[in-house]
This record gives sequence, structure tokens and C-alpha cells, in this order.
Amino acid sequence: MANTYYISAYCSIQSGQIMLNGEEYFSAEGADFADFAKQAYKHGETDYPKFFKMDGLSKLSFLASDLLLKGRQPDGENNTALLFANASSSLDTDVKYNDSISDKENYFPSPAVFVYTLPNICMGEISIKHKLYTENSFFIFEAFNPEFFANYAAILLDTNKAENVLCGWVEFFKNDYKAFMYLVSKEGATEHTTKNIQTLYLS
Amino acid sequence: MEALKQELKEKIINILNLEDITPEDVNDNDPLFGDGLGLDSIDALELIVMLDKDYGIKLADPKEGKAIFQSIETMAAYISEKRTK
Repeated sequence: MANTYYISAYCSIQSGQIMLNGEEYFSAEGADFADFAKQAYKHGETDYPKFFKMDGLSKLSFLASDLLLKGRQPDGENNTALLFANASSSLDTDVKYNDSISDKENYFPSPAVFVYTLPNICMGEISIKHKLYTENSFFIFEAFNPEFFANYAAILLDTNKAENVLCGWVEFFKNDYKAFMYLVSKEGATEHTTKNIQTLYLS
Repeated sequence: MEALKQELKEKIINILNLEDITPEDVNDNDPLFGDGLGLDSIDALELIVMLDKDYGIKLADPKEGKAIFQSIETMAAYISEKRTK
């Protein structure tokens, strides 16, 4: 019989609003993402100046993950794996970087932009901040795929690759963004099933 | 030289996205890396690009950066001597 796992916490970020476990945590509707992210960061009272150097995808992922991981013990005790996906990969930053190098007469590639031209960099930022030394994987899908999250997270837990899994759909392209992130654990109120994941994603 | 130091402080804060830091917070001899402004290796690369883009200085050996980027004072002295624009 397959093991049963639970969604112990979840959050979403979109359209200038952050929801945590079904309740509004912060909102700044009408602000563009850069302004919204800055306000949300300050609201969270997390002291991590490197946040301001991140690209949009990493800022979005950082804000969501910080809600769920803040205050937890370092990874040695938690062993929290990261399982992320989106549709646009790092395209937002890829386009910006490409624009910056398209003029051969003014060719000054920015290292600080270039380092974010991979989607999994956002997981690196989270791992550094929360001292995670665990499994992490980033997948690209055309759309949110709850069945994949349910199966892959269960495999990580069944095979003792992790004790918890932070699952995240983190989509970001041209100021259009949505993050849905949740923590899968062996205890919690909501069973980790495809149906429940989809319901929380749409809520 | 004072104008160049002020210009460098403003550029560094802007280019490296140093939030909540003003030029007045940066002393001319403060270390830029480590305990000072806390810049990292990617920031160092950005500073090398800035030297090229804004002052026409190409660092042949990136290791030179360690001495040049010690502080605003050392940067300003190097740029004053080597700038081509």
C-alpha cells in the first residue's frame, strides 16, 4: 500500500497578492512586480540584501519559499527537497540578456543578468538562504501539472531522498507571474493527492 | 577626484542594486568586499564591465581587480590614471 503524505502548508502569489494557507498575507494590488516584490520583501522582515540582486523568477520563488521555510531548523534536521516547475523557464531573463547583447557596437554582457539565465538558479538561491543541501529538480511543462508533483514528491519521500518536499509552480514572464508553493510532509491536515493539489492551486 | 568618487559611489549602488544604501553611507576607504559593502564575485565581474563600458579600461588580468576594487579610493585613483573616456 502506498504511503500517505500531507500538505502541511501552502501559499500563492499572483496579481499583487500573497495568500498563505488560504488567508491573505500581503497585498499591493496595482503595483508592477518589481515594486510589489520590494514591498512584500519588506513586509516579511527578512534581512537578506541579496534579494535585490535577483531576477524576477528568483524573487518570486524566494518570497514564496520564505513564507513556508522561515523559522524552520536548518536542513540537517529537516532534509527538505525542492521540486519546482514552470512553463516559461527563465525566458524573462533570457530575453533581457539577449537584448543587452544585441547591439554589437555597445556590447557589454552583464554577468549579473547572465547568471539568472537558467530556471533552476532560483532553487539555488533558496538553498543558500535556508541552508538546504538536498535534492532539487526543476521541470518545464506547458501548464501546471498536479499529477506530476504528486507522483514525484511521493517518490522522493518513499525512497527516503527527503523527509519533506517543497513543491513549487513558479511562472514568471514579462510582469505576468504566479507562484503556487506547498510543503509535503508526513503530517498535516490535507492529504497530498492530485485532486487536493489542483484544488489548492485554483483557490 | 572628489567628483569621480561621488560618481563611483552612485554607479556602484545603482549597478549592483544595493538597496537602502546611499552614497553618504560609503566612506572612501571602506572595503567594498568582505565586511564592507559585502560585494561578491559576480559584483566584481560587473565592476570590470563598468570599467570597460564607462571609462574605457579593459582589465587584461581579472586578478588585478583585487587591488583596484579595494575601496572607492583605490578605484578612483586607478580610473583617473587609466581612463580613456
